[in-house]
This record gives sequence, structure tokens and C-alpha cells, in this order.
Amino acid sequence: MSSPNQRHVLSALVQNVPGVLAHISGMLASRGFNIDSLAVGETENPALSRMTFVVVGDDRVLEQVGKQLEKIVTVVEVLDVSSQDYVERDLLLLKVAAAPGGKRAEIRELVDIFRGKIVDVGPEEVMIEISGRENKVQAFIERVRPYGITELVRTGRIAMVRSEDMSGKVNSGGIKAVSA
Amino acid sequence: MTGADILVKSLVEHGVEVLFAYPGGCSMPMHQALTRFGDSIRTILPRHEQGGAFAAQGYARATGKVGVAMATSGPGATNLVTAIADAKLDSVPIVCITGQVPTKAIGSDAFQETPMAEICRGITKHHYLVTKVSDLPRIMKEAFHIAATGRPGPVLIDMPKDVQLGDLADIDMDPPMCLPGYEASAPAIPSETIRQITAAIKLARRPVIYAGGGVVLGGASEELREFITKSGIPTVTTLMGLGAVPPEHEHSLDWLGMHGAAYANYAVRDCDLLIALGVRFDDRVTGKVEAFAKDAKIIHVDIDGSELNKNKEAHIPVRGDVKQFLTEMNKVVQKPEISDWQKHCVALKAKHPFSYDENFDGILQQHAIKTLSDITADMDTQITVGVGQHQMWAAQFYKFRKPRTWHSSSGLGTMGFGLPAAMGVQAALPNSLVIDIDGDGSFQMNVQELATCFCEELPVKVFLLNNQHLGMVVQWEDRFMDGNRAHTYLGPISHNEASGKSKVDRFKYAETRYPDFVKIAQGYGCGAASIKKKGDLEGAIREMIEHKGPYVLDVEVPYQEHVLPMIPGGKTVEDMILK
Repeated sequence: MSSPNQRHVLSALVQNVPGVLAHISGMLASRGFNIDSLAVGETENPALSRMTFVVVGDDRVLEQVGKQLEKIVTVVEVLDVSSQDYVERDLLLLKVAAAPGGKRAEIRELVDIFRGKIVDVGPEEVMIEISGRENKVQAFIERVRPYGITELVRTGRIAMVRSEDMSGKVNSGGIKAVSA
Repeated sequence: MTGADILVKSLVEHGVEVLFAYPGGCSMPMHQALTRFGDSIRTILPRHEQGGAFAAQGYARATGKVGVAMATSGPGATNLVTAIADAKLDSVPIVCITGQVPTKAIGSDAFQETPMAEICRGITKHHYLVTKVSDLPRIMKEAFHIAATGRPGPVLIDMPKDVQLGDLADIDMDPPMCLPGYEASAPAIPSETIRQITAAIKLARRPVIYAGGGVVLGGASEELREFITKSGIPTVTTLMGLGAVPPEHEHSLDWLGMHGAAYANYAVRDCDLLIALGVRFDDRVTGKVEAFAKDAKIIHVDIDGSELNKNKEAHIPVRGDVKQFLTEMNKVVQKPEISDWQKHCVALKAKHPFSYDENFDGILQQHAIKTLSDITADMDTQITVGVGQHQMWAAQFYKFRKPRTWHSSSGLGTMGFGLPAAMGVQAALPNSLVIDIDGDGSFQMNVQELATCFCEELPVKVFLLNNQHLGMVVQWEDRFMDGNRAHTYLGPISHNEASGKSKVDRFKYAETRYPDFVKIAQGYGCGAASIKKKGDLEGAIREMIEHKGPYVLDVEVPYQEHVLPMIPGGKTVEDMILK
């Protein structure tokens, strides 16, 4: 009966009250759920924030994560974004060693191929901004790693369902992907 | 009105008649306010904050209403934590109010400051840190609403002292709630689901109903009894479900699990359809979960959707109110063709009854409880227990015929629950006979509440099964650790029993008694007696019942007796120990 582990992107709309992030991350940790990524920010409604989680697990894990999230009083709604047609992005900033005259041109070329931007140039390194799906960002990191990454920071995944399909709502009776 | 007055007025408006509150620096304004509303609300002073919170639980468990406990900041607040966690696991509706240092001092490691909201996140249904007086009426309304609706549970309200003292004119005491993410009631159960389940029951040849605390909490015991009678399906309950079905019911198979009835466990092992109502497939019920009811189709009805498919996958998971479910089912259910199975279950019950050595020349725990049960059968009795062997024997040998008459810390298993819980039950039901069946280990964890019982005129009776040991741990030592005593003897360490050198003769008593519970009880102003002879038991019980105030009956029992049957943790019915 167990289904294979899959990568799921969940999106939770939460009340913008103090402690809500701690509450949710605490619940996920205490129940032993593995969260690959978690991003949070205000929405168009200042009373609400949006949290995006990437969870790896089988259907049962996904079902429990969704239900346990919904049980938290300040969580308004949980969506399994990855069950639908959606757009996913991750923003990366990294510094890579690039002394003047050395490999700067090569690095610039790589940045162009990945449609990134060089946002700061220092004496010994450059700062690069890149956004996209997780695998693209990951691929970029691997490509620049040989040049010497000195610092790296990522926002975590955020996601949004494309228009005109909201059928993937994780309702309280269970998650759409799980047959009852 | 000050924040403290608003809080207390709100308590009164939410129907709180009694609360259990222990004052301190950061909760004094609320206590002052309580005196101003003294005509409408009774404040009981426990002797330890944990006792107060367990009393609030007792009040809630017996009545179904929200129990309230209050403590000051810091240590007062953290002393509530165990009882809050306990209420979460057993789904008991309580509101705990804690004092907090003034908002400006929060985060400064001030005197008696603890981050209560942080501490309580994982063990409450919801929690609040009040930062503005104007939020208070809404927060109080939400707290009572959340505690009592859906799957009930504990709610924490942390009240900084400046909020208690803050003054506000023209406050709306009944503002709208702001709970966009909270669903108070479960969706109605679709008629298609009812049809599907009716068909599953019709096809079943060996069905079993497995009913739990949700049936009691949902006020669905009557509906369950009707369903059992109409369908003829043999029924087991959980520990939390005791009282939902009277033990004399022809289809009752009593309760299941680690120390449950052998016949209940056999029936569930062999069933082809398991109708699980308001239960959570707890590990003390299932043992090895893969082997639990492994040939059965499972129907699981619970108001909390997260319980469905959590520990055990259900073939028909139903999120809904168990009372509504049973009401719908009672309209359509028909007796399936299960007469062979019914006969089989009746025979199982006759073959493997709960039993003990009735010829023992002394008082065995089981005999003591059975005698108490017989004597109080026609009285309006409420039973609380501590945790351990006595708790299991109480569940096995006391006959619970009504819901909300058995009060046990079942999920968290908190020793020391019995006496304070009894105190809360008695405060709620002054005319009931409230008996705490306790062990000497558990009793001593909250023995100070005898003072509360005496001073607040709560005539609780303590039926103390005193074996001088931590009996359940001793039992595990005997069964799994060659009887090596590891800090399970409650007397002086110079005694032989402390190191287990005392001869392990099955019915030997501990040689010297410690402490003197009669003196302790009398010191608190309670009535007390100690007995050892079998012939004295009945008279002593009657004397205890007739005593006007609180009373401790210290019953000397041997420590070698084991609770049976027993399914060792993580094992299956095949591994059940019967002797």
C-alpha cells in the first residue's frame, strides 16, 4: 500500500500573528517530518502570510503533514501545489572567488547562460543572483563550485498555482492525491 | 474596567462556576478581581498548581464543561505543564490562565519569567499571549470556543501583569471571533458514506465495534448502545471509552489493549470488519500495529481528520461527529448474519474472564476493587485513578455503567492524577460519591491536595491500594528483568525490599510499612483507617463512604501480584501473557 517517496510542494495560508512560524516549524520537527525547504512572507492581505514547504515523503506522510498543519488554529488553508500546474522559484545569492583578470569572463558567461545577474563586484569575488526552479539553481551551484564559492544563501522554494485550477485544495477530509 | 476584571467577568459569562487558582506576584490582580466576583464564581486554592490543573481536568471530564485553572508566572506556570500535556492527549477541554511578567519585561529574563506560550505550543490545542487589554474579550471567547468544540483540548492564556492592570472603558464583552482557520464542527457525513458502511456491515461475518473516548466526549453513548443492540455487533472499548457501554450488555466484550480483556483482544484479532469510533489506534491498544486487526476492513470515524490513517490505514475513513454518525446508522442498520460469531464471542468471554486468586487469605488489589464496585453499584459514584497497576485493575474490576464516571490519565499516564482530579469532580458534583482509587506511589505525587479537600470541604475518598512499591515497574522487573529491583521500593533504602533481596514469595507483604498514611491523612484533618484482613474490607469501605469529610482508607496489599492479561509493548495478541 505504501507509495514511493515523492517531492511535494505545500502552500499554507496562515494568520499573521506572533509565533506562527515557530508553532508550525515546531510541530513539523516534533512529529519528525522532514522539510527540505520552508519560505514565509506576507501576502496581498497583511493579516495573512504564505508559507511554502517542500516535503519529501510518501502519500501517507504528505497526508499527515497536511492534516497536522490544518489542525493548527492559525493555519487558514493548506494547498498541495505540486498536485497542480504550478510555477516554482528559488532565489539564490552567492559569492564566488573571481580575482580581476582571472576567470571573471568565464563566470560571467555562466551567469548569462543561467539567466542570472552579477549584482556586486568586489576586489576578489563577485556576487551573483539567480532564480528559478530548484534543479536549475542546483545545477548553477555545481557549475560555479569549481571556481570557489565563498558564501551562499537561498530563500527556499516559493510556488504559485497557475490560473484557473484550484482543484488541488487540501481539504480537511484528506489530500486530493490520497484515495479514500 | 481593568484587564483582570474583564478576564474574570468573561469567565463568569462563559458559565465558569468554579476555578482552581494558586496566586503569585504576577497573577495577584486577577485574584483580586476574583474576590470582586466572589458571588458568581468559586475560587478553590489547590496546594500545588499541578493539583489545580488536574482538578480543572476532573471538573471537565465529569461534566463536559470547560475546566479552568490559574497560576502565576514562572514556576507557577510551569507547574501546570504536565496537566496541560495530559489534557491534550486525553482531549480534555480546559483553559489555563497564567500570569506573566509585564510586557516590557518579557524577554529580559525577569524574575519568574518563563516563555509559557513557547513552552506550551506543542501541548495545547491553542495558546495566547495577551498583549493588549482590548484583545481580551475576543481571546477569552475564542479560548472557550476552541477548548470545547471539535476535538476538545487545552488552551493557554498567558496574561502579562500590565495587561491585568490596564484600564479600559467601554469595552465590548462580546466581540466577533477571528478564527478563519478553525473549524468548530466536522462536516456532515454524506449519505453515500452511510450507504457504503451499511453495505460493509451487511457483508461482514465477524464484525467488531471498537469504541473510544470520542464516544464519551461526543455524548454518543446512548446512540452507541442503540447501535450495538440494533446491529448485534460485539463491542470493545478503549480505556477512555469505559462507561460508554455497560459491562452487562450482552454484546459487551469490555476493553482491549495491553491489559485489556483477552476476549476483547481475540475478537479484534479475528474480526473481518472493525468499526472504529472515536479512537486513535494508540500503541497501548494495538501493540504491533501491522498485526492489529490484520484481516479486517477498517471503518474509522473521528472528528479529528488527522487521526484517520495516522497509525493505521482505514478502508473507509470518515471525518465526522460520532454522534451524528451513529444517529444516521441507527436509522438504517440491520442485523448482519453473525449469530455464529456472536456465540463465539460469548464463549470467548466465558473462557477467559478477568480473574484472580479468590482464596488468598488477605486482600488482593483485584478483590478490593471488586468489593468496592459491588458496594457502590447503586450509588451515584465517580471514580478517579492514579497510574499503574491499580489503574488497570480498577478498569478491569470496577463496573462502569455510565459515561463520565471513570477518570483516568490514559494518554499521558500521569502519576498523581487521581486525588486532584477527584477534587475537581467533587467540586463539580457535590452530591456524588467521589472515590480516588490510588496506589501509594501515585498518591504521594499529589498528596498535598488532601489539604485542599479538607479546607474546601470536598469529601473525596481515597481508596489506597498500598503495596509499598511502584507495582507496574516491579511487574516489568519481574517479567523482563529477572526481578532486579531498580528504585521501585518506596520505603527506606535500608530495607531488604529496596535491593530486591526480600524473598520473592508471591504473597509476601513488604516487612515494614512506610509512610504512615493514616497519620498523614489525620494531619491534614481527614478521616483515615488502615486494614490488612480480608474480613475487614467491606466494613472499612462502608465506614469510608459514610464518613462526612475526606477520607483515606489505606489497604495493605501484597506487591508480587501482576496485572494480567498482558501484551508486552510492541507485541501481538499471540504474545499475550495469561498467567
